[in-house]
Amino acid sequence: MSDTHAQSVAFVRDTAIPPSPAPSNAAGPIKWMRDNLFATWANALLTVASLYVIFLVLSATLPWIFGGLWTTSSLAECREVLQGRSAACFSVLTDRWNQLLFGFKYPVDLYWRPTVAFVLLFVAGAPVLFFDLPRKLLIVTALYPFIAYYLIWGGTIWTPLFALAGFGVGYYVYSMLVHRSFAIGFFGGIAAAIVAWIVGSFLAGALASETPFLEAVPSRDMGGFMLNMMLGVTCVSLSLPIGIALALGRQSSMPLIKVVCVVFIEFIRGVPLITLLFVANVMLAYFFPPGSGVDLFLRVVIMITMFSSAYIAEVIRGGLAALPKGQYEAADSLGLDYPQAMRLIILPQALKISIPGIVNIAVGLFKDTTLVSVISMFDLVGMIRGPILASTDWNGVYWELLGFAALLFFVVCYGISQYSQWLERRLATDHR
Amino acid sequence: MTRNHVTLKVANNKVRDTGNSFMTTFTDPPTESFRLSMLLNDTRYRSGTMQAIAAILLALALFYLYSNLSANLKAAGLNISFDFLGSPAGYDINQTLIDYNSQSSNLQAAIVGILNTLLVASLACITATVFGVLAGVLRLSNNWLVRKLMAFYVEIFRNIPVLIWVIIIFTIMTAVLPGPREFRGDNATSSMFLDLFAFTNRGVYTPGPQFTNGFGGAIDWLLVIAVLLASLFATRAVTASANQKQADTGVRPKTLWVNLAIWFLPVIALLTILGLTWDVPELKGFNFSGGLKIGGPLIALWFALSIYTGAFIAENVRAGIQAVSKGQTEAAGALGLRPNRVMSLVVLPQALRVIIPPLISQYLNITKNSSLAIAVGYADITATLGGITLNQTGRAIECILLLMLFYLVISLVISAVMNVYNNAMKLKER
Amino acid sequence: MKKSVIFGALTVAGLAAGAAAAGTLDDVKARGKLNCGVTTGLVGFAAPDANGEWKGFDVAVCRAVAAAVLGDASAVEFVPTTGKTRFTALASGEIDMLARNTTWTFSRDVDLKFDFVGVNYYDGQGFMVPKDLGVSSAKDLDGATVCIQTGTTTELNLADFFRANNINYEPVPIETNAEAQQQYLAGACDVFTTDASGLAATRATFEDPAGHTLLPEIISKEPLGPLVRHGDNEWGDVVRWTLNALITAEELGVSSANVGEMASNTNNPEIARLLGTEGTLGEMLGLDADWAKRAIETQGNYGEIFAKNIGEDTPIGLARGLNAQWTDGGLLYSPPFR
Repeated sequence: MSDTHAQSVAFVRDTAIPPSPAPSNAAGPIKWMRDNLFATWANALLTVASLYVIFLVLSATLPWIFGGLWTTSSLAECREVLQGRSAACFSVLTDRWNQLLFGFKYPVDLYWRPTVAFVLLFVAGAPVLFFDLPRKLLIVTALYPFIAYYLIWGGTIWTPLFALAGFGVGYYVYSMLVHRSFAIGFFGGIAAAIVAWIVGSFLAGALASETPFLEAVPSRDMGGFMLNMMLGVTCVSLSLPIGIALALGRQSSMPLIKVVCVVFIEFIRGVPLITLLFVANVMLAYFFPPGSGVDLFLRVVIMITMFSSAYIAEVIRGGLAALPKGQYEAADSLGLDYPQAMRLIILPQALKISIPGIVNIAVGLFKDTTLVSVISMFDLVGMIRGPILASTDWNGVYWELLGFAALLFFVVCYGISQYSQWLERRLATDHR
Repeated sequence: MTRNHVTLKVANNKVRDTGNSFMTTFTDPPTESFRLSMLLNDTRYRSGTMQAIAAILLALALFYLYSNLSANLKAAGLNISFDFLGSPAGYDINQTLIDYNSQSSNLQAAIVGILNTLLVASLACITATVFGVLAGVLRLSNNWLVRKLMAFYVEIFRNIPVLIWVIIIFTIMTAVLPGPREFRGDNATSSMFLDLFAFTNRGVYTPGPQFTNGFGGAIDWLLVIAVLLASLFATRAVTASANQKQADTGVRPKTLWVNLAIWFLPVIALLTILGLTWDVPELKGFNFSGGLKIGGPLIALWFALSIYTGAFIAENVRAGIQAVSKGQTEAAGALGLRPNRVMSLVVLPQALRVIIPPLISQYLNITKNSSLAIAVGYADITATLGGITLNQTGRAIECILLLMLFYLVISLVISAVMNVYNNAMKLKER
Repeated sequence: MKKSVIFGALTVAGLAAGAAAAGTLDDVKARGKLNCGVTTGLVGFAAPDANGEWKGFDVAVCRAVAAAVLGDASAVEFVPTTGKTRFTALASGEIDMLARNTTWTFSRDVDLKFDFVGVNYYDGQGFMVPKDLGVSSAKDLDGATVCIQTGTTTELNLADFFRANNINYEPVPIETNAEAQQQYLAGACDVFTTDASGLAATRATFEDPAGHTLLPEIISKEPLGPLVRHGDNEWGDVVRWTLNALITAEELGVSSANVGEMASNTNNPEIARLLGTEGTLGEMLGLDADWAKRAIETQGNYGEIFAKNIGEDTPIGLARGLNAQWTDGGLLYSPPFR
């Protein structure tokens, strides 16, 4: 039995195989480098090439940056001090930092006002961005537009007060009428607010004192990075409600509303922002009543708000489409009418889904505010290409200024996109 | 006291009295009389009311805007007319794809602008896709350093406005590249690359193809394109027949050399028949003449747009590849497919479905961002029609309307392409 | 917040609706500030210094008008405009006058509906080339690359000149003067062309002004002057005669130093009428009698303005040339104050 098998099997091991060496459980930098940087020949080549590129770039820019001069008063003086070496002339930043940040016409002794408004922006934005904070802080958010307007533009205090009063009157009328029907409440509130504003503007004109507490600064004097931030914050916050309305209108069952919304959205999304800014610059003034000079800042805000509301409408439309149809049906079966269903069930979920898209659009819009330099508004890029480079002292300084502008934008936009990623992680955990 | 009558309304509208009311009662639906508040509260009428109100408000708003517009125009003494398109432009353009001189009409200048926009947009789309796909795939590589470098590239370019990048790249180009003067003289500091290409801060001068035996004009190029298209169809036929043979017998015939021959031989033959020669650029006077000139502004705008949009495309590509579940790669490995086959046969086709819609909207963004050409002196449509023509003729409203019309048409075309693609993809999924 | 700005603006417009028909002069007086359109930055003509104060040749004309109308030469709001936006700013009422080295041409006067109220600088378009290019005449520029600022008459003149002389060129259109300079200095173009005064101003800011020459050909007539809108003759008269007052002051020997003395005791009846001690010229304009005196006092006469901003002792170094008084062989000839 075993004999026959023993003769027919080709090979039978009779000694044990020696033990193999244990698998490497090494950890540490060398192993990490071998795995991540030098795993294969191709990888090793890529690593060497990347290191070489990094070395080239750093060796060109670091000495230039660290050898920079901060205290000369003109480019010619920089060149004198450098005697032909290549180094940055950062003195343009120390000399003109205030013009870069605030524009060259904003009165210097009033810089504290936009700075306070900027600090308050964080306080006002915090309860909206971080929803762990107490909800009472939302009062600051609601009051912030009026406070910021008053701080930055100055002038009579009655204007922001009457504007606030208009909102208050509108909300009061809305709450009185809404139990009849949402539509009556909504339109009644708007009508009451409009009446309150018209009355208030006349009263403000009458009550305005000759020497207001905060000196008035016309919009034309705004400039620099402050202008970019103002345009970005104003247009994004104004375009959110308009974008929601457009998105709801686009998927409405009323054909007229739907057609109007579709035409508006597709038209605005089809043209570049520069053409809309041209419209703001040359055409929009013709559409206002003859003799009323609406200032350029307001016209630009109108066009940029229209632009971003169309994009936000598309993002929210995507969010609305991502909702399961069951939500609409459940709202109907609970007996909720359209405004209640939207307000209580649909919109909260849709907005939560669309938040990353909305933040993307906000970042894109903030970057696009640099385009106002093309219509000769002196924002950060406009200041660099215009007055600063044209002045005798600083004619020819490019890298330092452009690098500073790039750095400012990078800090803000990267911050916003990091917030958006944090937010996505937070929101995703809710859905588990 | 009235007797409780129950009345039946029958089909011919006669009223029949059924007698006492204790029998089964048929009640008609209550026919309420029409009340005005039903306009707002009754859902049957509400949407009609809303639309009527909206239509009235819209008409009022449009009328208000129109009356303001005509009043302002009358006060300024201006009118809306498109006659300026026929009058001579009066200015020269440096980069034109068609014949143009300063006596050509404004309409011709606008057409030159349109062609320039389409040129830079298509070039930038191609290179942006290349940059984007490369960066996207490299962001998923095993090499930590490469991953971090690509992440750095993407973050840097996405967070800085495109206008600043366009200005920076144009400034780099003008500062770093030499002027034509430095190619001249005995101790020239720069020389032509391979004696064929000249990289200057005014543009890149390359040898330009000329046909000595050709029919002249665009006909030669149309012939070349026709031959290339024929080669395309021929290779597709060859590949299809190879696929069929593989499906039937399991053996795939070698198609590589056949395809290469089909691509190259007919075109080379045609070019030899047409007498292709190269016109090499030479430094004459102030600039290089002869050959093909690719202007500095075009290169700067092209490069800036591609490298900026490439960062966004890289993110789309990365999201697309990561959207394909790992199980697919593992299953493909279990089937014994090699890594490059896994990528091309299994991962990429599925990833493309997620990548392509945002990719097309990035192409739309490239076309719209090309309007920044005025910052670098490139004559696209915003610079000719919306810039120089607008200034010289003062016809702001007409020029801006035409400008917006052009961009709208392009966007609608690209969106239609995207919709066609989306629908085609949808049909394949069951 | 923005709605209140709208309503505030509409309120002001409504309240001033009655006054809207009354003209720019009343608007300026009511506002208390003159809105003056200038260039974004051309040293010598209009440029803000490091403190944000505007100085220059065109700036002085604006300040003179402000002094004449409002009594305060600093009550001016300078609105920087590019070549693109200057005409729309004036047409829309954003600015009251445009003093932006703008050429007086038929189409701007007739088609764009503006009124040029005078010429404050007779200029012409010229070319600037680096000296080591070895070019001595504009006719040798066949095939050259030329940097130009878009939106100006420059590009049209350039096209006409090269076409008339049957030579070719490659235009490089640039938006702002500063970028045109950068391109020119980096060698991206061989030639820089703009008005000869602009060339001189630009060359003055270069590191090595002597390494660049201005070619002798002046290929166009560029009469530069301030302009106002059509349809407001009263305001046009004010600006026109303020400019004429500055020119006449130099002709008659009135300067900022001696204007007080001249006002009190002079034998020349025209000086007396100019400075308001005789006649009712100010009243005819709708201003008070000292209008011209204030303008000359604060800014100086034409010669002083020229010398201070673009004269031969400044880095720009322009000679009077065509801009001398007619008595010295130039073209400046003001109608009499009578």
